[in-house]
Amino acid sequence: MARIELKGIRKVFNAGKPNEFCALDGITATIEPNRTTVLKGPSGSGKTTLLSILGCMARPTSGRIFLGGREISSLPERFLTEIRRKTFGFIFQQFHLVKGLSALENVMVPAYPLGESREALRERATGLLALLEVGHRARTNVEWLSGGEAQRVAIGRALINDPAALIADEPTAHLDSRLSREFMGIVKHLGSKGKTVIIASHDPLVYESEGVAEVIPMRDGKVLLEEAR
Amino acid sequence: MTLRRESTAFFLFVALCLAFLLLLFSHASWREKADRESYGEKREIVKALGLTDLCLFTEARYSRHPAVADRFTPFQDHPLSLEHFPSASILLPPPHLSAP
Amino acid sequence: MSWTGKQRNILDFTLSSLLRRKGRNAALVFVYAFVVFLLASVVFLAQSIKEEAKEVLREAPEIVVQRLVAGRHDMIPETYIERIRGIPGVQSAKARLWGYYYEPLNGANYTVIADENFPYGKGTIVIGNGVARHLPPLVGKTMPMRTYGGSYLFMRIRETLSSESELVSSDLILMSVDDFRKLFRIPEGVGTDLVLTVRNPREVATVAGKIVEILPDTRPITRSEVLRTYDAVFDWRGGMIVANLIGALMAFVIFAWDKATGLSAEERREIGILKGVGWETSDVILMKFWEGVVVSLSSFFLGVILAYVHVFFASATLFESALKGWSVLYPDFRLKPVITPYLVSVLFFLTVVPYTFATIVPSWRAATTDPDAVMRA
Repeated sequence: MARIELKGIRKVFNAGKPNEFCALDGITATIEPNRTTVLKGPSGSGKTTLLSILGCMARPTSGRIFLGGREISSLPERFLTEIRRKTFGFIFQQFHLVKGLSALENVMVPAYPLGESREALRERATGLLALLEVGHRARTNVEWLSGGEAQRVAIGRALINDPAALIADEPTAHLDSRLSREFMGIVKHLGSKGKTVIIASHDPLVYESEGVAEVIPMRDGKVLLEEAR
Repeated sequence: MTLRRESTAFFLFVALCLAFLLLLFSHASWREKADRESYGEKREIVKALGLTDLCLFTEARYSRHPAVADRFTPFQDHPLSLEHFPSASILLPPPHLSAP
Repeated sequence: MSWTGKQRNILDFTLSSLLRRKGRNAALVFVYAFVVFLLASVVFLAQSIKEEAKEVLREAPEIVVQRLVAGRHDMIPETYIERIRGIPGVQSAKARLWGYYYEPLNGANYTVIADENFPYGKGTIVIGNGVARHLPPLVGKTMPMRTYGGSYLFMRIRETLSSESELVSSDLILMSVDDFRKLFRIPEGVGTDLVLTVRNPREVATVAGKIVEILPDTRPITRSEVLRTYDAVFDWRGGMIVANLIGALMAFVIFAWDKATGLSAEERREIGILKGVGWETSDVILMKFWEGVVVSLSSFFLGVILAYVHVFFASATLFESALKGWSVLYPDFRLKPVITPYLVSVLFFLTVVPYTFATIVPSWRAATTDPDAVMRA
């Protein structure tokens, strides 16, 4: 995993229209690899927008992004998608698991288009679920899972393609303190294995957690320099 | 444990259908041979009686004997009369009637 | 990481998606299969009749000469025979007597033919199997036939023609020439039409032309015209029924298109998730492609196979009411089963391609959902 550098990132929605909205207003920051970084800030600070730009899910309106020294902000769609698939695994705030499918199948979904043999894929997914201590629920449909179990399945899904970085948006929003701590425990464990983790959260349980190496505070689409740890 | 894949089931279904289809093909060719006799019988009757048409629709003269139908009978009631026999709306007029 | 591996994975996912809405998708397949069934039945029926006609009507008379008066059929005088025999190339000419008899007791129309070689003599008839099946009540061995003079001829049924020959003989009543003239009060010296044989088959058209020349009130019909009638009339590519059914097919395809454009919120959400976890637009389109193929291919197979069974094992019974119309007799269609790769591929392309197309194209919009949108959902 290489370092991500952001230079003057701006993101404006509905440009030119009456409801024009500037989510990010000149973000310059560096995300170091193999560490856990938290984007801290209240809702509306632009954390989610920044996450999606970091994860190559969206393009900035202006500004540049460098991945390992290579500029990716102006790459065509196809290449960007390729990089995204290989580099980042996402955990969404609402988890967004596919209803009607089992936990195991949900974990496997991101890997289908890559053409791997389903047997091998299944084994890997089973292993992941076991690692996340939710292997016993592998065959259960995700509607029946508890919040914590769904959380782990979402993590497993994000990890199935063995991405270099994990991106999580408000992961503890629907979890109680115990589960939140458990989640950060998993993050720490992954971090110790060398994974880059980027989390957006306004939950102190997250940004004050032990495994977090860097906190980037944000407000109103800007980075607050004086609070950086 | 072997993985039961949905696509395997689908392929099996397709294979089954193809096999069935092949069965139909062979049924048709088997029947062709078996039917030669009845063909002979039908041809005999056609020859002996000088028939010009198959007996498909018996409701109107021009649908019972379309090959020898004249231009008039479909409009027998009136030149502009509308069709009242269902079978006649299925049949196209014989080409020699519409040819110049 | 192979192309086939990818196809299979996505096919798996598509199938499990379809199975998740079992009821709805099963209904879709069955309805589409029914439309295909109707179309294929018509195709099989028409093709089979065409081929049957070609085979059997080979022995139809070489030339039939009718007489027209003010555009309508009229009896033809036997004196015409001499004049026709004078045309070079004509081998033989004789008059034929045949017509229609309407039986008020059961509403049936029969075709009555005077057989000059009738084996059973006066007062007897030979009937077709269709006639036998629809005999009015109280008619046992004797059939009363009302003459045009008002009296009755009591005709004894001596023989019934075989069921195998129904396609040509179903509604026939054969009798002696004398009985025919008595029944319809047709005087000597005239016939319904004339049948000719020609020495050289290549001369037929010329002879026909000559006949019209010397007898301008006649209309000759050649064997090739008879054959071409059946070829054209049952060309399913032009028939009214097929036009209707293609309409039904298209309606179904339009419905599929509509369904695909108006993807339910659930389906949109799912596509959004797929994009969010790394599926590309092309992967989503591929999924929709397989969805279209699975549904239409299943319907195709079911429809075609059932159509074949319907037409060639069950005599196309579902079409009975449509084809029967006013007639009472519905022949037992022991049709020659016809199925060729050409027919099957035409049906395949008509049913699978448009439907798959209609499933993919409108899904484009949903498939190009920005993955970013999932983050904000």
